[in-house]
Amino acid sequence: MKKILVKGKVKGVILKSQNPINFLGTMDKKTGIINDEHHDLFQKSVKDTILVFPYGIGSSVGAYTIYSIKSNNSAPLAMICEKVDLTVATGCALANIPLVTVTEEEFSSLEDGKEMYLDTDSSNPITFLE
Amino acid sequence: MDLTREEESALKGEQGETMQTAYRILVATGEATDAEKLIPIEWAHLSGVNYNTIGDAGEEFLSSISKDARVKVKTSLNPMGFDIDNVSNYNLDNNFISKQLSIKKSYETMGVIPSFSCIPYEIFDNPKKGTQVSFAESNAAIHANSFDNLKTNKESAFSALASALTGKSPYSSLRKATSSKLTIRMKVDNPNELTYGMLGFFAGKVGNESVNISGIGHMDRRSCKSLCGGMGTSGTCAKFDFDEDDSESEKIDFDENEMNKIYDELNTCEKGDLITLGSPQLGLEEISDLALRLKGRSFKKRCMIFCPRIIKEQATKLGHTNKLEQAGCEILSDCCTCLTPLIKKEEVDAVTTNSIKGAYYLKNSNGVDVNLKSLSEIIKDETK
Repeated sequence: MKKILVKGKVKGVILKSQNPINFLGTMDKKTGIINDEHHDLFQKSVKDTILVFPYGIGSSVGAYTIYSIKSNNSAPLAMICEKVDLTVATGCALANIPLVTVTEEEFSSLEDGKEMYLDTDSSNPITFLE
Repeated sequence: MDLTREEESALKGEQGETMQTAYRILVATGEATDAEKLIPIEWAHLSGVNYNTIGDAGEEFLSSISKDARVKVKTSLNPMGFDIDNVSNYNLDNNFISKQLSIKKSYETMGVIPSFSCIPYEIFDNPKKGTQVSFAESNAAIHANSFDNLKTNKESAFSALASALTGKSPYSSLRKATSSKLTIRMKVDNPNELTYGMLGFFAGKVGNESVNISGIGHMDRRSCKSLCGGMGTSGTCAKFDFDEDDSESEKIDFDENEMNKIYDELNTCEKGDLITLGSPQLGLEEISDLALRLKGRSFKKRCMIFCPRIIKEQATKLGHTNKLEQAGCEILSDCCTCLTPLIKKEEVDAVTTNSIKGAYYLKNSNGVDVNLKSLSEIIKDETK
């Protein structure tokens, strides 16, 4: 764990992307579905997942998109990134979505489809369910 | 980050949901920018006003928090999408107008001064040297750090809003006394405001946080603003130093060759259908100067001039507004070239401007061609 940007405690299934995410440009604000055909999460919904991706890109207004998907009940339960960026940080803060950054090694261990706990107050914040 | 007991309590929600959200934003921003604590600020300047940029999600968020959010410190506001006094001349749809007015109302309800200006440094009295402020508008943050002896991060719309509501901001690097790691040696002779805009644009691209500039003499206000606008457009830097003897830093030259590269990147055509002046908005000095230069001349095509409302009022009292309108200018308050909904590619092919910041957004956001010219060239070529 590198940084805790927004605190929280959730349990969920990992949805992992190897690509950065541009929230303003490529995410449907109502459904949380990624509509960029060049993205590895194309046509997938981030709703109720633990969204793992390298970092966010694009306009800082993308923070409002994160707020919108939360208001429309289509937001992830938590986000985990490798690198911090202000758009995702402020978006998660606005929407109260837990957000942490992790080391490269931890990032590789977060596999798509795995079920996990995130508890930012714990000494061992990321644990996997068998 | 180290938080005081009161800050911790707000973050836990013990001071209500709005304060909790505001502190969550400050902590997330602070962690992201390696701040060790929050510090008090005396003035916040907010971006995220134009409906064209924040859209429905922004409008809904502001409407929701304005029910109980109130600013704690002096808070000024960036331009919005139009000037209500003449919006009917610009064929803007009613949805845009009503959403924009809702945003305006939300900010006013929160206690924000409805300045609708990207040049707070020109229309408010500057606080004393070294005062910590929180400016989201990039050209204003750069101007505050570089020319006004104030200290600010290059805030986001969200961190500046959170600062306005709490009176605090993350203590990140630009608030501390640091020196620039990079020096740009200015090598272009006889610069005008367009040259300085391109120098700023270059600095934003090559620099990180702050940039030292050597080899420039006196700059007038127009050039200073152009320099700040240029840098804010192209990167994340938020401060210039002007130190002639900075032997420690890495050196890079800004010469004719670098300048031409930027000119070619932003200048996409040789002729505009209309002219825009302002981005940053014009201040009284620039308006007075323009009125003087236009004496007896008038524009051969439309010329939109963007300035703060208070500047237009002062200009009217001094008789400038009348003269400029006689010369064919349309003077717009409360809005600016940058991300304007009033210039549509369906109606306009190309715009002539002396603003680097304006050029960048006209090209990339409005999707029109841009013809870059200094003000002197514009007056020479486009008036009779």
